[in-house]
Amino acid sequence: MGITSMRDRFGDVVSDVLDVRPDVAVVLADIGVGRFVETGAVARHPERVINVGIREQLMIGVAGGLALTGMRPFVHSYTPFLVQRPFEQIKLSLAHQGVGAVLVSIGGSYDAASEGRTHQAPGDVALIDTLPEWQVHVPGHADEAEVLLRDAATGMDGVYLRLAETTNREAMPIVPGRFHTVRRGGAATVIAVGPTLDPVIEATAGLDVTILYAATVRPFDHAAVADAPSTDVILVEPYLEGTSARHVAIAMEQRPHRLLSIGVPRLEHRHYGHRSDHERAHGLDATGLRHRMRRFLGPSA
Amino acid sequence: MTTQLAYTYEDLPALMTLMTGDEKHSESATSTLDVLWVLYDRVLRIDPADPAHPGRDRFLLSKGHGPVAYYAILAAKGFIPVDVLEGFAGYDSPLGHHPDRALIPGVEISSGSLGHGLPLAVGQAIGLGIKGSPARVFCLVGDAELDEGSNHEAIAFAGRYALDRLTVIVIDNQSASHGWPGGIAKRFQVEGWSAETINGRDHAAIERALAAPHPERPHVVVAAVGGKY
Repeated sequence: MGITSMRDRFGDVVSDVLDVRPDVAVVLADIGVGRFVETGAVARHPERVINVGIREQLMIGVAGGLALTGMRPFVHSYTPFLVQRPFEQIKLSLAHQGVGAVLVSIGGSYDAASEGRTHQAPGDVALIDTLPEWQVHVPGHADEAEVLLRDAATGMDGVYLRLAETTNREAMPIVPGRFHTVRRGGAATVIAVGPTLDPVIEATAGLDVTILYAATVRPFDHAAVADAPSTDVILVEPYLEGTSARHVAIAMEQRPHRLLSIGVPRLEHRHYGHRSDHERAHGLDATGLRHRMRRFLGPSA
Repeated sequence: MTTQLAYTYEDLPALMTLMTGDEKHSESATSTLDVLWVLYDRVLRIDPADPAHPGRDRFLLSKGHGPVAYYAILAAKGFIPVDVLEGFAGYDSPLGHHPDRALIPGVEISSGSLGHGLPLAVGQAIGLGIKGSPARVFCLVGDAELDEGSNHEAIAFAGRYALDRLTVIVIDNQSASHGWPGGIAKRFQVEGWSAETINGRDHAAIERALAAPHPERPHVVVAAVGGKY
């Protein structure tokens, strides 16, 4: 496939999967229906592209009911309406029933910055992280999203797949559940999650650091962090700062270490603008990242 | 497919008294007793020897509060041994104050937090339809449980979607804090459901209402108990 946004790729891939997997269904709450009309999936599989209207609790409940009959539901909406508004349904109508679904979000953190706080959701991964055994994928490129979507279709577990507006210039050769080593160095281990990879590469130019790329953060690849040469770890996440900090602690429990967590701060966000404005404000652009890394590592880095 | 055991409806009070410690929900438990008995004794196509049979009817106890009547009937019908009833709500017991499907054979959903069963039932009804199953889906809710907004998302959608394999039973013991002016049945009818209000203690009426055909529509049976009849 050519260059497409992650969201368009989601529609293309899941429409493909619908064609070959009669046990797969898509559950929507108005948002995203248009893409499945464009792909022809609504016309080809009207019984399996289910639009419940603007009813997000029902969207998750229906997915749970479908899963209880042995189907594999994909559920899609903006992050706050997929994860935060119906969180009790995710907890009880999916997880506690012992069934899974593939929850695919867009608009995480401040991808929908101009919409304001109601549409900004940097706490999504932290919230999903309260559920045992859920997989969390944060692709940084549409090609990676496709790999992860097709992989998610084959299982029956709970999967949260966070699509982003920002994409890295190149897709990484990812394996679901494993970090990919972009380069090795001894001064620090930098874990770049999803779309933070390009700014991390730019920020670390000239620094002798290991860069681990994470398109999957749950499960967390503890071995990759533990095996890296440095005991200084810098965690760069495009959502709530420190969401994976406890996993770095687990990975490094046998090695005295230092950790710098960089992500979206815990604030009642009241700014609009563009995603890049927020990245700059929170020190998540290349300039901000480099400043914080240099301060953490000291003048010798 | 229901297996006939030696237990009868008259045995249920004795089975229920084996379970103590949840007396605050006694009224809730007894309110569901007759509907649950008729379902398990006369309506549901289920087999305690094969509780996961793919073609079975599904019964979802959404109102998980006060489950002692439910557990007594599951024991009477052979889904669980009678001797587990006495351990009710103990640390190692499979029977808690709210049912857990992972612990009890034949229990279709884990319930307790109100407002989850009906959306799940809608999803099950759709899924079974996709699979071409003949199974029906029954969901029991309480009149106070209908306060939860998630139910109204499900009621509206199920009516538009013409989910005719779905039957909802509302146990109406008039416990909703602000009542349902105009009647519960009317709330469903306006969304396209067929509806019937019956005496929730009359076994023949319950059986008849649950067997009534309702083509192209989901069906609600409002089973009034404690006050209206």
